[in-house]
Amino acid sequence: MNENLAEYFRGDHLPHIWCPGCGNGIVTAAIVRAIKELGWEKDDTVFVSGIGCSSRAPGYLDFNTLHTTHGRALVFATGIKVARPDLNVVVITGDGDASAIGGNHLIHAARRNIDITTICFNNNIYGMTGGQYSPLSPTHSLASTAPYGNTDRTFDLCRLVEAAGAAYVSRGTTYHVVPLTNLIRDGLNKRGFSFIEAVTACPVYFGRRNKMRTAVDMLNWQKEAAVPVSRAKDMDPGELAGKIVIGNFVDLDIPEYTESYERLLKEHASDRSGS
Amino acid sequence: MSSPDTVNTDPVLIDRSLCKACGICIAFCPKKVLEADESGIAVVAHPEECIKCRMCELRCPDFAVMVRSEGDE
Repeated sequence: MNENLAEYFRGDHLPHIWCPGCGNGIVTAAIVRAIKELGWEKDDTVFVSGIGCSSRAPGYLDFNTLHTTHGRALVFATGIKVARPDLNVVVITGDGDASAIGGNHLIHAARRNIDITTICFNNNIYGMTGGQYSPLSPTHSLASTAPYGNTDRTFDLCRLVEAAGAAYVSRGTTYHVVPLTNLIRDGLNKRGFSFIEAVTACPVYFGRRNKMRTAVDMLNWQKEAAVPVSRAKDMDPGELAGKIVIGNFVDLDIPEYTESYERLLKEHASDRSGS
Repeated sequence: MSSPDTVNTDPVLIDRSLCKACGICIAFCPKKVLEADESGIAVVAHPEECIKCRMCELRCPDFAVMVRSEGDE
């Protein structure tokens, strides 16, 4: 395999199960490159995932890894971070896992501003189970459960997490892989809750039904639909329909949960020892 | 991969055991260095054209592509 990545992977688990052209490997490699750049130790880093195609990623990564239940990765990650605030905790999730099954946990992890980096692989579909539409499937797109087109409005997950109180929020795409890697690096480095939505391609279950049959078609779609956040500010909602706004949306220095909790314990240390 | 008795001097190394023939590296190479073989797997067709931008490596979903660093050849 690529020798620049090999030390961070469980090579005997490769090739991975993802379909030809699936973008999940591009995002996974981007995460590893960001960690390499930051110089994080494998033993000090924990990957936690839920269920879905993207959540298979930690299985290939040679770190401390936890593959948990659907939508609940952030719950397990919160437990790890509270017990061991010294560890780097990273959650890998998908659009369905994060926004539908685990939406409630996402909101509250952001609200607490706990120092966890969540990377949401957004492939716009439930790929593993056969292409059902997710809350992030574009309106009018076709899915196995929406043969005449999806009538739901699409969730803007970055705006949700921003409103819930996260310290860091960004979106990138697998086409724009260098900026994506930098956004992930900055999110990992941020003290507080970081959320990076990585727009990734599912050519098999999303692309084929939506006139993008190949991985190349899907990357060209990402290229053409992407609008930098600096330019999007001057565009009205009509102009932004169908676009993917990329870049950094939120970068705040605000109180982090485990630090606040530690302070509370110290303030009441005498109360506790006196009991 | 090169056989043990030949030295591979290609600027781009492709692990055929990991490549799933998605075509991303071939399509987005700005210098058209790569081409597909009969099974769709990427091969280095025009090594002299490579500018080492690494876009093939960075966009490979299968960890199968690596661009040699300067001085490696």
